[in-house]
Amino acid sequence: MPEIRFKQTILECIMATEQDKLLEEVTNREYQYGFHTDIEMDMLPKGLDEEVIKEISRRKKEPEFMLEFRLEAYRNWLKMESPDWAHLKIPPIDFQDMIYYAAPKKKPQLESMDEVDPELRATFDKLGIPLDEQKVLAGVAVDAIIDSVSVKTTFRETLAEKGIIFCSISEAIQEYPDLVKKHLGSVVPPGDNFFAALNSAVFSDGSFVFIPKGVRCPMELSSYFRINAMNTGQFERTLIVAEDDSYVSYLEGCTAPMRDENQLHAAVVEIVALDRAEVKYSTVQNWYPGDKNGKGGIFNFVTKRGICKGDYSKISWTQVETGSAITWKYPSCVLMGDHTVGEFYSVALTNNYQQADTGTKMIHLGKNTRSLIVSKGISAGFSQNSYRGLVKVSKRAENARNFSQCDSLLLGDKCGAHTFPYLEINNNSAKVEHEATTSKIGEDQIFYCNQRGIDTENAVGLIVNGYVKEVINQLPMEFAVEAQKLLQISLEGSVG
Amino acid sequence: MLKIKDLHAKIDGKEILRGINLEVKAGEIHAIMGPNGSGKSTLAAVLTGNEAFEVNEGEVEFNGEDLLDMAPEDRAREGLFLSFQYPVEIPGVSMTNFMRTALNEQKKHKGEEPLSASDFLKLMRDRKKLVDIDSDLTNRSVNEGFSGGEKKKNEIFQMAMLDPKLAILDETDSGLDIDALRIVANGVNKLKRSDNATILITHYQRLLDYIEPDYVHVLYKGRIVKSAGKELARELEEKGYDWIKKEFEE
Amino acid sequence: MVKIAEQDTSLLNLFNESRSLIEKDSSPLVNQWRTKAEEAFKQLGIPSNKVEAYKYTNLQPWFKAQYAYSFSENGYQGKIDEIFKCDVESMESHTVFMVNGKFIPGSNGNVLPQGVVIGSFSELAKKHSLIIEKYYSKIAPVTEDGMVALNTMFANDGIFIHVPAGKVVEKPIQIVNILTGEKDLMVNQRNLIVIEENAQARVLFCDHTLTQSRFVINSVTEAQIDATANLDFYNIQNQHNGTIQVGGYYFNQEKQSVLNANYFTLHTGIARNNIFARLGGEHAENHISGLYLIDKNQHVDNFSYINHAVPDCESNELFKGVMDDASTGAFTGRILVAKDAQRTNAYQSNNNLLLTENAKMNTRPQLEIYADDVKCSHGATVGQLDDNALFYLRARGISKEEANILLRFAFAYEVIEKIQMPELKEQIRELVEKRFRGELDKCDSCVVCGQVDKNAMRCV
Repeated sequence: MPEIRFKQTILECIMATEQDKLLEEVTNREYQYGFHTDIEMDMLPKGLDEEVIKEISRRKKEPEFMLEFRLEAYRNWLKMESPDWAHLKIPPIDFQDMIYYAAPKKKPQLESMDEVDPELRATFDKLGIPLDEQKVLAGVAVDAIIDSVSVKTTFRETLAEKGIIFCSISEAIQEYPDLVKKHLGSVVPPGDNFFAALNSAVFSDGSFVFIPKGVRCPMELSSYFRINAMNTGQFERTLIVAEDDSYVSYLEGCTAPMRDENQLHAAVVEIVALDRAEVKYSTVQNWYPGDKNGKGGIFNFVTKRGICKGDYSKISWTQVETGSAITWKYPSCVLMGDHTVGEFYSVALTNNYQQADTGTKMIHLGKNTRSLIVSKGISAGFSQNSYRGLVKVSKRAENARNFSQCDSLLLGDKCGAHTFPYLEINNNSAKVEHEATTSKIGEDQIFYCNQRGIDTENAVGLIVNGYVKEVINQLPMEFAVEAQKLLQISLEGSVG
Repeated sequence: MLKIKDLHAKIDGKEILRGINLEVKAGEIHAIMGPNGSGKSTLAAVLTGNEAFEVNEGEVEFNGEDLLDMAPEDRAREGLFLSFQYPVEIPGVSMTNFMRTALNEQKKHKGEEPLSASDFLKLMRDRKKLVDIDSDLTNRSVNEGFSGGEKKKNEIFQMAMLDPKLAILDETDSGLDIDALRIVANGVNKLKRSDNATILITHYQRLLDYIEPDYVHVLYKGRIVKSAGKELARELEEKGYDWIKKEFEE
Repeated sequence: MVKIAEQDTSLLNLFNESRSLIEKDSSPLVNQWRTKAEEAFKQLGIPSNKVEAYKYTNLQPWFKAQYAYSFSENGYQGKIDEIFKCDVESMESHTVFMVNGKFIPGSNGNVLPQGVVIGSFSELAKKHSLIIEKYYSKIAPVTEDGMVALNTMFANDGIFIHVPAGKVVEKPIQIVNILTGEKDLMVNQRNLIVIEENAQARVLFCDHTLTQSRFVINSVTEAQIDATANLDFYNIQNQHNGTIQVGGYYFNQEKQSVLNANYFTLHTGIARNNIFARLGGEHAENHISGLYLIDKNQHVDNFSYINHAVPDCESNELFKGVMDDASTGAFTGRILVAKDAQRTNAYQSNNNLLLTENAKMNTRPQLEIYADDVKCSHGATVGQLDDNALFYLRARGISKEEANILLRFAFAYEVIEKIQMPELKEQIRELVEKRFRGELDKCDSCVVCGQVDKNAMRCV
């Protein structure tokens, strides 16, 4: 088996050097997306108390139940402490020295591209995110969230014809309060954990997706998150509801400008899948990771959880994590219905002084539930990269199956790669298998590439791309290319 | 010895055997051939009692008894032997212990005394010689780390030890080089008597150069669509299965 | 200031009340550590399941000051070898007895190689102050774990083994740990094993209970294995199910040393093994294995921590468990590869069979790696016997029951195989097979060593 994989890698090496000039382009670049956009902002002053929360809710013209939701979360949060169990060194965060609401002043109308703030459009163009009409052909609908407020949602009409709702969560709260009330907090309750509670109290925007019964969403839905203003925390909230027999694939991408100070990002994503529904959620996370000396960068504390509520439903998480100074993130599946399936595919790459503690939880509750975990960690520089995962089979979960494969690759002798799986099995018909390996990149493979004329840096990039292929293959095509480029950029300078 | 009447079987709700009829008498060798996916291995699995398959219709009589009613181990004790297409590796269980347990279970079933350790070892030596296999195979755990050829030879050795009335050889020839094939075939031929019978399940004619069948059946889409003498095997070798498929579809 | 539980305060009070009694017969060098241990215990207390390392075993309900505690010099007056035999068939050994954590004088008469010392920790600590100074509380630090702190506060007696450089003790040194008495009892046994350069020894701990009282044991064993030395260590635990035992085993290995440590839990109430090994010298080799066969409401938690502190060492770890009835198993295996510990090979696996719908297993294999030129892997499985293997056996005429037993035994055999003493291997092999066959009353107290019938115990 390894032999075959190696051959593939070599083939890719050769093909890539000949054809893919992109790779050369992206080396010698630091953080490509580190620019700052001057857009007039409508901000609340720094700090957090009940008044600030009431003000957020007021400005967003929210119904009463939302304010209650926020206040309950806030009161929970006050009683909680920042989690310290992860393999992370988190500097103290001053939650009062942060802005909890920042919206572009000229809120663009949604009817036409022309009405979008030109500067904002320029930002999108620089990002290369697919917002213009050409992308109709690519079948991508985008909800872009810049600093907390959803700016533009494309293709709403096409989607509306099928009864699909894809809009910002703020609009959803206005227009579909019943749906939001029913599902918001049903997967991640307001008091779930420290960061989720904070998010529930102050979230300013995010995406809402609703796929009605029997509908297959005809295009990939995509949102793009970007932190722009200084001293702002970004707290977006995403809610996806897939009714019986529906299908949706959702993509999330993130960037942030380069800044010296650390910025906080504490998002919550909730997914509800009803009978036979399937939801695929893909993330390419590329927040600013800080500079070579570990200065600046995003603190990414995210709670993502999906519930397979209906029988035969399926939720699949795919993530490519290359950014952020600190990542604390465990996209999870609660397999409540019978015959439900949860999947988690992850690539986490850390370089310089980045720290990542990421993994998943698979909670088997229903009968004949299955879960699969494929995690590929890559550590370089002085970084620390941990996989942390839980597979829990409850007493009533007959015939549960899980397979986990967690591999770590070390590039350099100053970094760390760690694996902390928890397997809690309370039913004897379960079959649960966990495997993990840690090793460094194969010198023989690099030499083989060298001998074929590929320099070491490119060889490492290519071998790493081979190593993560199983995960990358889960991404939609466009994202896959983007993800490979990102990996290449992030590895820059890691080979001595 | 074996009478199969209108046998239907399915797995995961999908019907694989769709009305098999076959009679095997003592002293006979039957070859069952057919393209991939025709149900050959399913037939072997159903006859030996693999619980993954569900019999939804039909009868099988083995020496006058209802075979389908028996547990897998009782079928084996009654003298039904399957040479597995993919013999299972059982780490930690020594071949010696495994064979001794199996043989003594059979003796107990027949109401005979178990073999003493020395008689058992003598029998092992004997049978190894008969089927011409290396002695060190029996010193290891069951099939653990065996090559494909070693596994198949080990199946034939077990067959020699248990001396079945009816042996079903499921694709025993697949993955064997010529030497191993010869050893396997010689073993089968040496064990042939007038009071036992053999069913060879195979995709290729190759094995039949070494073991001469009395009858050749072609299985297609879960049914026996053609039965004839050994000349049918040669015809299949020359013309492939397409003409049978065509004939059958018409 | 960390708040400690009320019961921990009562243990501290018990310590202060009895301190003079505990210290009376102990070496000043041992006494010297008690204050430090007390300070640490005030911080740590008895671990509850809120302590990450004890997530699956909450010790707080069990360790309380209410147990009668004997601080007198010798807890047992009778002739122990007359009522209890713990013989491994055809295995000659240097056998010593410990009753309720205290050494009973009188070995079986085998002559030890010159310079080799085996005996009471309390006595020998006073004579061998250099060894105590060098190793005592150095291998098992008091500040990390409340149980080590508690043990170091109360430590009084245990076994002391010293094998000087170049000496080879051919026959196994067998320590029979017996718990007996009419009253419920808490025991803090303290052992020290020092195998000097190029020396070799085999040490076998057999843990038994003789009466029905509740026994709460917190033992700590420190073992130093010097360069090129070899220690073969076995622990066979066979106690009634009113027993709660925390066994701390702390090994420190120097360069090119070899440790084989094997843990067999055949019967117990609640068992927690803390197995720590530090590979502190290059080319040290470490093999740790364990087998736990539990039923009823038994609970076994094996916690291991292999610290690859230097380059070029190797560790291999295998733990296997079979959980019957409503028993619960737990396993944690952490492998730490320190920065610059290059060319480390570390492998670990934990496999479990759950036999009934009420049995449970929690497992946490963990890798923590700070060096890049390493080969490390771990694997963990929880499941049932393989259906294909079962069918294969049945298709050869072996009954379902027999096939089940054969496969269970084969599952366990991988661990038994690691026993280096052939006689002991045979004995354990037989016991495990009988155990799976149900031929052996799994409640018998001393299934391991063929204890004389009149003392055989029934389950509570």
